[in-house]
Amino acid sequence: MVNVKINGIQVAVPENATILQAAEAAGVKIPTLCHHPDQAIKANCRICVCEVEGLALLQAACSTPVWDGMVVKTNSPAVLEARKTILELILAHHPQDCLNCIRNQNCELQTLAEAYQIRENPFEHITRGLPRDTSTPSLVRDPEKCILCRRCEYACSEIQTVNALGLENRGHHAMVVPALGKDLAESPCIMCGQCIHACPVGAIHEKEEINELLAAIADPDKIVVTQMAPAVRLAIGEEVSLPTGAMDMHVLVGALKQIGFDYVLHTNFTADLTIMEEGHELLKRVKEGGKLPMFTSCSPGWINFCETYYPDLLDNLSTCKSPQQMFGALVKTYWAEKMQIDPAKIYSVSIMPCTAKKYEANRPEMNSSGYQDVDLVLTTRELGRLFRMTGLDFTKVQPGKFDSWMGAYTGAAVIFGATGGVMEAALRTVYEVVTGKTLEDVNFTFARGMEGIKEAEIDLNGLKVKVAIAHGLGNARKVMDQVRAGTSPYHFIEIMACPGGCIGGGGQPITKSNVKREERIKAIYSEDAGLPLRKSHDNPEVQQLYKEFLHEPLGHKSHELLHTHYTPKNKKFL
Amino acid sequence: MAEELRIVLRHLGKIDPMNIDDYLKAGGYQALKKARGMSPMDVIEEVKKSGLRGRGGAGFSTGQKWLFAHRMEADEKYVVCNADEGEPGTYKDRVIMENDPHSVLEGMAICAHAIGASKGYIYCRGEYPDLAKTLKNAVDQAKDKGVLGHFDIEVRLGAGAYVCGEETALIESLEGQRGEPRYRPPYPPVSGLWQKPTIVNNVETFANIAPIIEKGSAWFAGIGAAKFPGTKVLTLTGDVKNRTFIEVPTDTTIRDVIFEFGQGIAGNKKFKAVQIGGTSGGFIPETLLDTPIDFDSMRQTGATLGSGAVFVLDQDRDIVDVVTRITQFFEHESCGKCAPCREGTMRMRRIMEKINTGHGNKKDIALLERLGRVMAGACLCGLGQAAPTPVITTINNFSTDYETRLV
Repeated sequence: MVNVKINGIQVAVPENATILQAAEAAGVKIPTLCHHPDQAIKANCRICVCEVEGLALLQAACSTPVWDGMVVKTNSPAVLEARKTILELILAHHPQDCLNCIRNQNCELQTLAEAYQIRENPFEHITRGLPRDTSTPSLVRDPEKCILCRRCEYACSEIQTVNALGLENRGHHAMVVPALGKDLAESPCIMCGQCIHACPVGAIHEKEEINELLAAIADPDKIVVTQMAPAVRLAIGEEVSLPTGAMDMHVLVGALKQIGFDYVLHTNFTADLTIMEEGHELLKRVKEGGKLPMFTSCSPGWINFCETYYPDLLDNLSTCKSPQQMFGALVKTYWAEKMQIDPAKIYSVSIMPCTAKKYEANRPEMNSSGYQDVDLVLTTRELGRLFRMTGLDFTKVQPGKFDSWMGAYTGAAVIFGATGGVMEAALRTVYEVVTGKTLEDVNFTFARGMEGIKEAEIDLNGLKVKVAIAHGLGNARKVMDQVRAGTSPYHFIEIMACPGGCIGGGGQPITKSNVKREERIKAIYSEDAGLPLRKSHDNPEVQQLYKEFLHEPLGHKSHELLHTHYTPKNKKFL
Repeated sequence: MAEELRIVLRHLGKIDPMNIDDYLKAGGYQALKKARGMSPMDVIEEVKKSGLRGRGGAGFSTGQKWLFAHRMEADEKYVVCNADEGEPGTYKDRVIMENDPHSVLEGMAICAHAIGASKGYIYCRGEYPDLAKTLKNAVDQAKDKGVLGHFDIEVRLGAGAYVCGEETALIESLEGQRGEPRYRPPYPPVSGLWQKPTIVNNVETFANIAPIIEKGSAWFAGIGAAKFPGTKVLTLTGDVKNRTFIEVPTDTTIRDVIFEFGQGIAGNKKFKAVQIGGTSGGFIPETLLDTPIDFDSMRQTGATLGSGAVFVLDQDRDIVDVVTRITQFFEHESCGKCAPCREGTMRMRRIMEKINTGHGNKKDIALLERLGRVMAGACLCGLGQAAPTPVITTINNFSTDYETRLV
């Protein structure tokens, strides 16, 4: 430990601590913009500069390590002048349309502009005149707003290893752009949206589709049916000033009905169904010598990644559609039949923690119901906006009930929202299918938590199954390179594109660090633990679906509606 | 009359730079032989005692720098010669390398022995393609003769970015990345090229090494200014009669440089200002001409020795216009990584243009001063920190030139 004095406050901190960390320990907040707790130090915004006794130049708090006896001033006149001037410089080159910005009131630059009393900017306001990039169904880039903190570049290249974003040009012409200055759609972008969480401002965001939803609700000829993913409930509270995980499921259903959804169903239902199909697919591959290891296929960002970077391994992907798309295919067939509703009238809306789901719903092959299976995908953030728009007071919203036939779910479905959840859910079912015994302890704790790659060997009555779990595509790449090299020891690998799994998805409330992701993970397992049914095959509505409609896992109807195929992306410049 | 003293240019005109035999006949590579007979610590001690400080502009003790890298435990260390001579008005490294490439290789090889490196790179300015040929020829011949032993040197060409003369941006560029500076610490001697301990020294610094080892630190320490001993190669440009390069002891005054070696102002005009150290150097008025050129004396006047460029302006030159052009240069060369430089260089250019075209006012001057303070203190690397110097020193030393332009 070393002793450091921050604004006269003595603190003892570890030797390798930075000034920023020492200041935090002293209870002094130093402003940052390029700094991100889950990323490497960049030290490029210079907002965090401080005065250090004995040094002529100001020092960036984020990158400068402390030494014993260091004396730091974080608010001296020179420091305040520097911070304010740098803020003015950035703001004078940034659009002044905070009121219209998607990050209004949730913007790190705006917060600093307020705190540092930026009033009349001495620098003339100029903008770059860069067009928005709306080329993808998932993401919108607004380079005009970019402040070049490079956090998105880090998230994309270092954490996700997608390398869709990079810097071009120099000086004030520098800009973060997709490779070779192409549109995002032409880049290797996999639509995971991790760049959105990384962005301190509104330079990249989801493609908003709230108006499309409102129009559908207002249309008397449309029957608006919604599904929502397990990760949505945990995080949606954050959008309406509730703690993480505190939104009650039935209050949420009530709120959705109050907004005007005609029927509220649950993606959890098809998550349980996915386990039935995927579990049996795994067993079939193991028994019949099919392609192994088998990869999970629920995460559309991951699917895009595999199609882009590992087109040679597409046969290893489970052919199961994601729960969203299984739902889409069934709601306009099975459910429509059950409800005696004309499927042509059904407007199928999905609420997802994910930006890649918007892309997935738009895939041309996703129409096995005879219609577009999922008509519209909203992110958790958009749902939050919808709640604020409609002025719901969640202390007074009356709880509602899920509608029949596709609303029941088990704890196994709930944990789909976290890294390791699909694996754990699959093991709960596969164990009982293979052994014929009841699984007493359903908790496969090895599968839980934020560790990048988790693995285990599971003994199923003598059948030893080696499994691995990776989340965040940088981790996925490590596992995939093993598979490509032929050295992978696994039978079954779960991959989720986003760090932490869907709870950290690109459509979730702006997630500033992995600490929040861990909070959501905690909430998801406590929800699972509190449910009466925790194995997918125990889901009564899934059982009924097989009895009345699908007849058996991997059967003819399943093949038609619930399974899909993959295509190499053939990105020319890769 | 003051006289030149040629240490780094000792072989100028006396040997064929394309023929290693000439260099060997002149006693070349004897210092390397001597150094290899010494312990690495003794070599470092000798360089330290000589008082040699970096000739690239920052003036850091060369021996001390080597010591940092020597102390690091690593499976690989690197010696990098910064030959990215991009400072406008400077061509001293070119003169050294063109005429005596082996003196640079020898200095690098001695450094490699001192710190324990087996690989070296010469990062040569992209605009010097012919020079790269000379260097490659020298490396090939040195390898053929076996004088470098196990020390390997590779010549790499830059791609024209001024910022790549900054040592960490140079390292990024060598690694194949975008030429952008890194934050420090860690400094390159601790973590440099591919995160390995790395010495980056300027061409002129390396060219001083062999003579120091050969003749001893006491000899070198006795030349020129006590705290910045040795010589400095200067390049004289602008309104001097004798536009040339010289190598002089570091206690030579600016006045002697201009009026003795440069033979005074061309066209019988009067002296107005001199900018020393390159484009980011300060503008010096007549009252400071008796300042010696050594690093510390220059620093005291608010100017810099920098690369040793001496750019002289006569009475008819328009200082505000000259400085406006300089701000265009920095706007163009800012890499864009850090906010105060990226935005600040652009703002400086805009405000200077406003003043230069007769639209500026006193508030603009105050804003330039504030921007200058902030950039000098808060920018990530030397480019942004030094970019305001021409603006600020001319506002201070040539205020009337500005005042007559204001609205």
